[in-house]
This record gives sequence, C-alpha cells and structure tokens, in this order.
Amino acid sequence: MANFVALLIAGLATGALYALAAVGFTLLWQTSQTINFAQGEFVMLPAFFMLAAMHAGLPFWAAILVGLALSMAILGFAFKRLLVDPMLQHGVLPLAIATMALSTFLKESVKTFYSAEASPFPSIAPDSDIRLLGVAVSWQSIAVLGVGIATVVALQFLLNRTRTGRQMQAAAQNPTVARILGVPVERMILYTFLINGALVALTSLLISPIYLAKFSNGDTLGLAAFIAAIVGGFNQIRGAIVGGLLLGVVDNLSAAYVSTQYRGAIPLCLLIVIILFKPNGLLGRAEERTV
Amino acid sequence: MAAVLEAFRVSKRFGGITAVDGVSFEVREGEILGIIGPNGCGKSTLFNCLLGQLQPSAGEVRLDGRVTTGMRPCDLNRLGVSRTFQLLQIFPKLSVRENLILAAQEHKGTMLSRLFGPRDAGLSAAADQMIAFFKLGPLADELAGGLSYGQQKLLDAAMAFMAGPRLVLLDEPAGGVNLTMLASLKDRLKAFHLERGATFVVIEHNMDFVMSLCTRVLVLAEGRVLAEGLPAEVRANPAVIEAYLGH
Amino acid sequence: MMARLNYAGLAIAIAFLILAPLEFHRYGLYILSQWAVMTIAAIGLNLTLGYAGQVSLAQGAFVGVGAYCAAILTTHGWPLVGAAALALALCFVIGWLLGYPALRVQHHYLAFVTLAFSTLAFLVFRNESWLTGGTEGIDGVPRPNLLGLSTTPHLRYYYFCLFVLALVTVAMLGLVRSPWGRAFIALRENPLRALSLGVDTRRYILMAFAIGSALGGLAGVLYAPLVGLVEPPAFTLTLSLNLLMMVIVGGSGYFLGPFLGALVAVLLPEWLRGLENYYLIFYALLVMGLLIYSPTGLIGIADRFLTARRARAASAARAALGASIERP
Repeated sequence: MANFVALLIAGLATGALYALAAVGFTLLWQTSQTINFAQGEFVMLPAFFMLAAMHAGLPFWAAILVGLALSMAILGFAFKRLLVDPMLQHGVLPLAIATMALSTFLKESVKTFYSAEASPFPSIAPDSDIRLLGVAVSWQSIAVLGVGIATVVALQFLLNRTRTGRQMQAAAQNPTVARILGVPVERMILYTFLINGALVALTSLLISPIYLAKFSNGDTLGLAAFIAAIVGGFNQIRGAIVGGLLLGVVDNLSAAYVSTQYRGAIPLCLLIVIILFKPNGLLGRAEERTV
Repeated sequence: MAAVLEAFRVSKRFGGITAVDGVSFEVREGEILGIIGPNGCGKSTLFNCLLGQLQPSAGEVRLDGRVTTGMRPCDLNRLGVSRTFQLLQIFPKLSVRENLILAAQEHKGTMLSRLFGPRDAGLSAAADQMIAFFKLGPLADELAGGLSYGQQKLLDAAMAFMAGPRLVLLDEPAGGVNLTMLASLKDRLKAFHLERGATFVVIEHNMDFVMSLCTRVLVLAEGRVLAEGLPAEVRANPAVIEAYLGH
Repeated sequence: MMARLNYAGLAIAIAFLILAPLEFHRYGLYILSQWAVMTIAAIGLNLTLGYAGQVSLAQGAFVGVGAYCAAILTTHGWPLVGAAALALALCFVIGWLLGYPALRVQHHYLAFVTLAFSTLAFLVFRNESWLTGGTEGIDGVPRPNLLGLSTTPHLRYYYFCLFVLALVTVAMLGLVRSPWGRAFIALRENPLRALSLGVDTRRYILMAFAIGSALGGLAGVLYAPLVGLVEPPAFTLTLSLNLLMMVIVGGSGYFLGPFLGALVAVLLPEWLRGLENYYLIFYALLVMGLLIYSPTGLIGIADRFLTARRARAASAARAALGASIERP
C-alpha cells in the first residue's frame, strides 16, 4: 500500500510537469490558434541553455536565470515574431506544420551542435527521501510538486486577478470584441508566448534531472503535453492541469503494475478512450459545431 | 396543408446573449414563406439552427414530422433541404457547370459508385438544363469566380435547386443585386416554384421583394416572433411598423 | 489541382525514368528506387493532407506496417503480392479505426491521434520480437519473382518499383478526376457550403486518410525488399515528419507535388555530402521558409510564376490590341 502511495505521489510529480507543458500549449491555442507541435522540444531545449551557461562558468542559480531569459526571448518572442506572425495569415494548418518542422530543427540542432548523448542535469532538490506518514517520498517529487503548484497558483492569479490577465482572457475569447473594447490584443498574445517560454523553461529545469538532458526528450514530453491538453479539454487551462496530473499518475502506475515495455502506449490508450467517451475532454466545454 | 418544416420553441444563446428566443412556426407545403425583421433580430441565427449549422440551445426542429434538430447539414440536404447563403458561397475555381454538378452529385448513387462512375456523375444534361433555366448559357464553362455578383447569385440559387429539393431556404437572395438581375431572380424563383412545387423560405430585408414573392410572412424582432400572416396584413400591422421604424 | 502540364516536359521525364537507369550503377539505382517508393508514400500523404486538409503524423508508421508485412510473409515463403494485399487492407482498416473517432470530434485531433499511433507502432515493432524480430528486425528480405523473372538485380527491382508507382499514379489520377475530386475541392475551399450541398465532409476526409494510409503501407511493402533489412528505427516519427515535409516542399494539394518533394528529400542528403548531420536542419529550415513564403510548395511557386506571366502576356496583348485600334 505504501508502495502505491509512493507511486501515486511520484506520478503526481511527473504529472505536474506534463501539466505545465500542457498549460503552455493550451494558452497558445486559446489566444492565437497556434498548435505548437514543437512544445516537447521547447521543454527539451532550455536545459541545454542552462548547461551551456554552466559550462561557461556560471553557477547553477545564474544558469537557471540565463536559461529562463533565453527561453522567453527565443522560444517566446522570437518564435512569435519570426514564425507565428508571418504564418498566421496562411491559416492554422500551415502554422501547425511549420511547428513540426521547427521541432525537427530544434531536435537535430541540439543533437548536432551539442551532443547526441544524454547529459546529466543538476536537481534543485537534494537527492534523498523523507518519510511522510510512513511513505518514502523523494525531495525531488516534493520540489516538483511545490514549484508546479506555485506556478499554477501564480498563473491563475495573473489571469484572474490582474488587469493584464483579464485582458489576456478577453483577447483569447473574442479578439474582435476585445479590440473594440481597447484591449491591446497583439500585446496580450505576445504575453502568452512569453509565459509559455517561462513555463517550458521551468518544466525543463524540473524534468531534466529525472530524464537527463537529451535531444530526444521532446518526443515523449511533447506527446504527453498534447494528450494532457486534449484529455483535459483542449480549450481549458484547468483541463490541461487535470489532464497532466491524470496522465502522470496513470503513466506511473501502469509502468509499475503493467508491462514497462508498453509504457509509451498508455497516452495513446487514454487519448482514444477520452475521444470515444468524452470527446470534449474531462473539463472541456462543447465547442460550437463547426463542420 | 401538411407542414414540411416545423420549429418548436427554438432558442439559441451565445454566452449571455439570446439571439433566438423560443421561436415556433411551421412552413406549409408549397408555400413561399418570408421571414423579415429588423437587423439583428435573429433571422440568420434561426436559419442556421434549422439547418444544422448551429446546435440550438433549446427547442426542436422537425422535417415532415421527423425530428431533425442538430442534424448535420449534409444529412438534411439528403432529406431534400437546401439553402443559399447570405455571403455568396459558390466555388470560384470550378466552372459554372462544375459547380452545378457538385451541387447534385452527392445524391447520385453511393460514395463508391461515384468513385468508379463517370466524371460528371451523369449530371451534365441536368446541369445544362439548369443553366438554360437560369439563362446562364454562355457562361457554362466560365470559372465561377469570373462571374459578376448578380450572376453568382443566380448560380447560388441554381446550385440550391440542382438536387431537386423539396424545401429551399434562401438567405437574403436579393442582397446587393441590381434591379434587372433582381427581377430575373424573382422570375426564376417563381418559375421554379411553379414547375417543381417546392416550398420556399426566404429571409429578406428588401420589403418589395418579399411582398411580391411570398405567400405568407413571418416577422421576427429581438429573437421572437412578432407577427405572422399574409403580406398585406403584416405590412399594415402597427407593431411591425413600430419595430422597423424603431431601428 | 494539377499545375499546367508541360506535356513535352512530362514525356522527357518519363523517358528519363525508363532509359537513364540503364546507365546507372548500383547506388544510382538504389537512390532512384528509393525515390519511387517514397513518392508512393508521399502520394498517399498528399491525399490526406493536400486534398482532405488533414495532418497525419503516422505515415511513417504505416510504411513500417507494410514493410513488416512484406518481411514477415516473404521470409516465410509467401509471395510479395500477398503481402501487398494484406498491407493495403490492414493499413486501410487501421486508418479507419484511428480516423473515425478522431474526426467525429474535432478536425484537428487526427494529428494527435496519428502521433500517438506512431509511438505505439514503434513499440510494437520493437517489443513483439516473436513477430518482428524485435530490435534486430528482420534481415534478408527477398525480392520477388515476377512472371518467372527474378527482381533481385537492382535494375529489375527498380523497374518493378517504377511500375507500381505508375499504377498508383493512374489510380490517383482516376480518383482525382472522379466526382470525389470535386468533393475534395469543395470541402477544402468551403466546407460549410460543401456540407449544405450534401457532401459528407467527414466521410470523405476519412476515406482520404484511410486510402492515404494504405498507400503508405504499399510503399513499405516495396521498401522491405529494396533495403533487405526491416528494423524499428527506420519507421519512427522522423520518417513521418520527412514524408510530411516532402509533401509540403513539393506542393501540398498538387498532383505532381509528391514526385517533386520526394526527389528533393532523396537528393538533398546527396547534395549535402560531407554535411550529413546538417541536412535535416537545412531541410527543416527550407520547409519553414517555404511555408512562410509559399505554403503551396515549389510547384505552387512555379504555378504562380506561370500564371503571372500568362496574365502579363494577356494584358500586354490586350493593350497592344487597344493601341492598334486607336491608331487610325
């Protein structure tokens, strides 16, 4: 039983990371109809920024800041200006495909210019366990859960309690009306890209100690983010969080109790189940019938 | 007279806005029903709810007594319902004839038979007939995108008629059309109505068009039915005059 | 959508494809055969993406399914044709099973479902060693005997691939020129209007995806004897993305797009010899650039150029005519 709880907590921790990635992904979709297929690579990359900074001699905490800044600048600002803006005129589909090409670009670039091998990555938490109510819980998991919860709370606060946040929501729900009401929609959209840049950097920081920093991390993380977003309900932030946590728990438990060989198939099964029985996701609203 | 289409307390809400509020009416076989009302009274939204483009928030739609609420537009089309659009929706990269063939091909055989069958799905003759009926003869092979606005309107109507529908819903057919073309359009609509005995529902702003074409008129205001009856009656109805003048 | 065909150019290309390989060495034949096989897969993906407007990230996995069908069956003595029939049917059915729930909901879900399936397929290839040989794969896939002739010689196998490509091309031509082609144009240009005319957009998209996937499987059946070895790493998401980029670069929705795209994809690593590691990076940049400036790919650029030139010529002719009329 204690084992089950330990697995549960570890699952929640991984799930929190999936959730962060999924939230960023959902934000981009909500505000600018951007389906970012490179989200997995976005989570993979900041770790390498940080590693490079540390190689250049910076202490860990400084490298984190550098990674965060670079992530927001490149994966947030530059991504929007250089790829998304020119492409939005062509429609949702070409942009989605462009992000697929981007994912290949980022993945191969890291593989070629940095390393094809997995690099160890320092953790922000000590590598030990504590006993909580008779269950061994790693400091790692606690740190991840802690940062994850803090981030989500901060994000919710930003979106719901600040003027900027409410403007962002308005811009997402109805850009035309928002513009009429004087909301600087373009800037709001830029903010969501910057937020995603920060979210992926944070996720990268937390996940790389576990997975090791490797160019191919984007594959699993991307898939997890997309499925978490869909399972939760494609157009809902809260849904992305629920989806991520659920996915993490299911993933961890099935790896322990079911064959580990097919661990990667769990997201697919979950996805199919949700699409078949609850197509708008666990928390999603039914989108207006399109075709 | 049998009712072809019936709407029971159809409502549509978008967030806090109620665009259509408990609208009930019926469309009788063989009539030309006009739906009029001031701008923003919910006519187009109602249309979209009847035709499956939108899912009503409440209420029921019936075709020949069979519940069709929220049925997909393509399924409704196969049951004999077709429509035109307020914003022209022809296919500019196809020729006039190709547009017409497209408009009826899905009614011919099965999907598989269409894959292995003739290129025109056996509809060239019917398309040419329709082209002649709408007097678009010299334009048959022109790309639809190259036609004038009025000609495109005629094509739009022709496409709606191609599959021999029982019920045709026309969304602002007279919008933006010059007088000569308007007369032509009205003439063709009346001829089609006479020949095929189809039932029409027409949303229009152009009062003269409605009054001269429709056999019965329904007035909407603020998402609700305001009045209903013969054109002359409705025209003289003080509430109707008020609603229009008020805007 | 067919770009204005220059029939002479087409004839020259076909003549080249048939005659030039007689002079090629083994490696040249291998490249050309690869091109033919990838074009088949790209044609399938073009149907899904270019004609029906759906992204499939599983085309590489379907190629894998076809390849394993061929490898497993032929190493047990079955004829390749049998493997082809199985692969076509299997991929078609899987396509339906994946597409039906995905498209019923939201149209952009198919991309994610195919992404997940791609992962699943790889796991099956890798784990079920009793069937697929696991990480080692299946080696020594034989080339078929056709009408008593062995296709083991590289030239003969190339002609075999070319023949199948020709069949696929003719079949695709038939599809595009049938009423289905009209329905695809309609649902791509104006799905709302298409629906109101009775076009069951969902059904057409589903069929396009299923057929496209089946063609991926067929390509795989040809791939296995070409390479001889069938192993899991060849059929990952990377292949799916490669095929996607092929369709985009060639020109999504254009009939000849896949041919051109596959050519670029197969030749690029050759041109970038010595920069092997960089070719994917370069390719990805090319795709992004194309998408920004010409989402209709290389053929789209050519099409626009030719249309503009024709328009300029027409207006120049009109101007000349007008001037000559005005001058007494």
